Parts: sequence; C-alpha cells; structure tokens
Amino acid sequence: MPSKSSDTRPRASWGLKLAAFGTLLFLHFPMWIIFLYTFTPDETTYTFPLPGFTTKWFGVALQRADLWRSLTLSLQVASVATAAALILGTFAAAAVYRSNFFGRESISFLLLLPIALPGIVTGIALRTAIGGLDIPFSFWTIVIGHATFCVVVVYNNVLARFRRTNATMIEASMDLGANSFQTFRHVVLPNIATALLAGGMLAFALSFDEVIVTTFTAGQQTTLPIWIFSQLSRPRDRPVTNVVATIVILITFLPIFIAQKISAGSSETEGETK
Amino acid sequence: MLNRISTYFYQRPKLVLALFLAPPMLYMLVVYLGSLFSLLINGFYSIDDFTGIIVREFTMRTYTQVFNITNREIVFRTATMALVVTIVDALIAFPLAYYIAKFASPRLKTWLLIAVTIPLWSSYLVRVYAWKLILAKEGILSWFINLFNLTGALEWLLGLPGIGGSSLSLSPIGMFIVFVYIWLPYMIIPIQTALERVPGSLLEASSDLGARPSQTFRTVILPLAFPGVVAGSIFTFSLTLGDFIIPLTLGNSKFFIGQAVYSYQGTGGNIPLAAAMTMGPVVIMVLYLLIARRLGAFDAI
Repeated sequence: MPSKSSDTRPRASWGLKLAAFGTLLFLHFPMWIIFLYTFTPDETTYTFPLPGFTTKWFGVALQRADLWRSLTLSLQVASVATAAALILGTFAAAAVYRSNFFGRESISFLLLLPIALPGIVTGIALRTAIGGLDIPFSFWTIVIGHATFCVVVVYNNVLARFRRTNATMIEASMDLGANSFQTFRHVVLPNIATALLAGGMLAFALSFDEVIVTTFTAGQQTTLPIWIFSQLSRPRDRPVTNVVATIVILITFLPIFIAQKISAGSSETEGETK
Repeated sequence: MLNRISTYFYQRPKLVLALFLAPPMLYMLVVYLGSLFSLLINGFYSIDDFTGIIVREFTMRTYTQVFNITNREIVFRTATMALVVTIVDALIAFPLAYYIAKFASPRLKTWLLIAVTIPLWSSYLVRVYAWKLILAKEGILSWFINLFNLTGALEWLLGLPGIGGSSLSLSPIGMFIVFVYIWLPYMIIPIQTALERVPGSLLEASSDLGARPSQTFRTVILPLAFPGVVAGSIFTFSLTLGDFIIPLTLGNSKFFIGQAVYSYQGTGGNIPLAAAMTMGPVVIMVLYLLIARRLGAFDAI
C-alpha cells in the first residue's frame, strides 16, 4: 500500500550507490593528492609513493616575495571586482524584480553571456577593445574584465531572494511612515543580506581563481592564477607550487562552503550556473 | 529633506527604474558588448606580413585564413574533443544525479549537493594541476597501473596514433580525462535539477500501469531528464571549446582552438587572426544554443 512522501522513497540498488559514490570520490580525490604532495621532499619529479616526509616547503614558500605580491594582487583584484559586482548585480536584480518592462529577459541573457561564452572570447574581445583604445593594461583592466562575469552571480542570488521576499513588507514599512531610504535600510537590506553574502563570496572565489580572461587583460601584473599557470606548462618550482595550490584550496574553500550552506539552507537553487 | 527626496522618487517609478538599470546596463553594453563588437571588427583587419603591424583596413583576408587547412583541422579536433567529453560526462554524471534527485534523504541530499558544487567553484587551475601530479610518468596512476601489471595495456593505449603520446600527462588521452573531470559538476547539477522535477506520482502511475522498473526508467525518467542533459552539455561543450589551459598543460603540438588563439595573439602578435579564429567558437555556440533551446534545455538550467 503506497503511503505518503518520504516513506515511498525507493531504495537505491547497490550498483547505483556504487556508481554515485564512486563519482563523488572521483570529484574529490585529486584535491587530496595535492595535500599529500605538499609534504614530499622530492624537488624535481612527482614520484609516488612519496620518498619521505617534510614540511620545509611551507617555509620556503613563505620566503618568496613574488608569491606574496601575486597573492596580494589577486586578493585586491577579487575585492574590487566583487564590490563592483555587488553594486551592479543588486541594481540589475532590483530593476528586474520591481517592474515588468520590455526587454527584461534580454537583461538576464546579457548578464549571463560572459559565462555562457567560452572565457577566451571575453578575454580576446576585451584585449582588442583595450588595445584599440590605447588604454594601458593595468590593475584596472583586470578588474574590468573580472567584473563582467562576476555580476551575474550576485544578480542570480539577489534576484532569487527578492522573488521570495514578501512585497507587502515593503508596503507596510512605507505605510507606517518610513521613507524609501529607511525602508531600504531596515527592511530590504536585512532581507537580502545573506543573498549578498553568498553572491559576493562566490564572485570573490570566481575572480580570485580566474586565469583565462586575466591572461588577456593583464599587462605585466602577475596574479596568483597566472603564476600557477606559468608553473603548469613549465614547472620550475614544483614544491612551492604544491604549497600554493594547497593555500588556494584553503582560501577558496571557506567562502564557497559558507555560500553553499547559505543557499542550501534556504533551499534556493542559486549559484548553480557558474 | 530625505523624506522629500524619497517622495520625489516614489512618485516617479520609471525614473527609479532607469536609475537602477543604468549602471549595470551601461557597463554590460559598453564594456562587454562593445568589446565583442571590437572583436568582430578586428577580424576584418589584417597584419602586414613584413612589419607585423596591424593594418586597420577592411579586408576578408584574415577570415579566409581561418578556413585554411591547419585551422580547419584545429576546429574539427576541438569540436570532436568537446563532443566526446560531453557524452562521457553525461554518462558519468547521470547515476550520481539520479541518486541525489530520487534516492537520497533530504539531509543527505543537502550534503551531496554541497559536495558536488564545491569542486565546481573551487580553483580550476589547482584541479588541473592535481591531474598533472596524478598522470605524471612517475606519479600515482602509473604506480597503480604497475601494481596491477597493466603497464602493457597503458603502453598499447599510448601507442595508438592520434590519441597517444609519450606519457599520460602529455597526450590527448590525458587531456580527455582532465576535461571530463573538470567539467563534470556542470553536467551533474542540471540533470539533477531536471530529475528533481519529475513527480514521484508519475513514477508510481507508471508502475501501477504495469511497467517494470527498467521500463519506467527508459520511457519516463530518461526522456524527462534529457533537457537537463542538454543544459549540462551547453557548459561542457562550450567550456571545452574555448579552453587553452588544459591543452597547453597536457597537450602536444597538435593545437586546439583556445591554444591557437592564445599563440596567435601572444607569440604571433597577430591579433586580427586571433580575433577571427575566436568567432569559430562563437558561431558554434550560437548554433548549439539555438538547438538546445528547441530541445527545452533552458527550462532545466
């Protein structure tokens, strides 16, 4: 006799379970391999099993001024790009939510374009534009490139939140005598705060890690991903790269985890499309 | 004072809308679409063969170059890789997506979704780097292959013309493995979303009407999951098409589109040709998106 809801949830066969968790393992084990290699004393190859155990590479990496410069630059770029994305994304979400104007769909489409098209298209397009206008490549050209694809992340998160917010709350606030600014400060902002946090963190992670667009919009600047990229094709500092890779995982893991917890907790499907 | 400003704006909703819309739209229209336009135009410029200076005069020469035999091969090679990667990703993603959508308890589901999305957002470069470690000649995969006495099989595989190479970390096979790995989450999530929308009552109805579980799977679940597969394929296909990091890291002298654009622009200094070449993925993706829309993929994203 079929009963209600979760009780009828069918049992998965062993084959399906095995395939599902096997795939999950496949998704995660490469990251563990990097942690493992951080401790290898081997300087020139990737020998497995590790020939020994050492923690000295963390110290070596700490001494590298070029790494610190790259890390600082990446953090700065990601912060400014995220700030720009938060403002532009929230504005766009507010406009799309408020009214039903002509061309609403095309706005979502336009914002989605930078992540739907291959990164190399955005990259080379910006390069031709910046070069054509004779603007020197700098910190700001990197930020401009990153902001184009960070906006949509904030936009998606904030719009999803607006759609679940009860519009009567805003009306009530106005009826009770609050002006638009007070209403924004005391009603709207607290409501969208976690969506801004989630969107902002994902935008930050996206920018912090971006390499394809950056290759085309950076001049002499070396962001951390560009440094790692140079090590991928011509490995010179293998042990240091292992440490950097571990640090990058740690720096990006926390924001992503928090952002996912926020959106999963409110059962929103935001942030699905990168 | 603030109240007066507030009232002023409250009475003019259209003005407020315009003020909200202006910054993001100006940014996207000027910076992004403007750049895309400049990309299109640059393809009509050419490069002086002797001086290497860009000649800003309209010509079809550069776009014709895109269709020469080398570049045609590059486009074909890249599109084939993108297609195979997409199909294999769909096959691998399906069981996990199916399990998350239809079998996992709500609590487990939350955790599984986080487990799938964390690799999606975490550093792409670092994950490529991880595979460099795994696939290296002296690395962990070779060690396992040795352990199971499969070295002969590996050598046979690497000896195959076209897809082989000197080691896994320098061959199209290695590249294929890394592509499949890197884009896999993009396939899992849309399929899971599509399956999530299949109501349980529909499956019950199917079995009440006498379908065996395998029949229900084939005739009800698979067709309803298909738009999700197409949605996921937009990402796997598009991302493989434009990527140059993985071919540069694991590939050989046989170029892929992204790699070709990168080298035309960088070492070649031939921005017009790089721009014209980039229109390849753009055209392929526009066609792909049009087909995908007909297959109902946009409802599944």
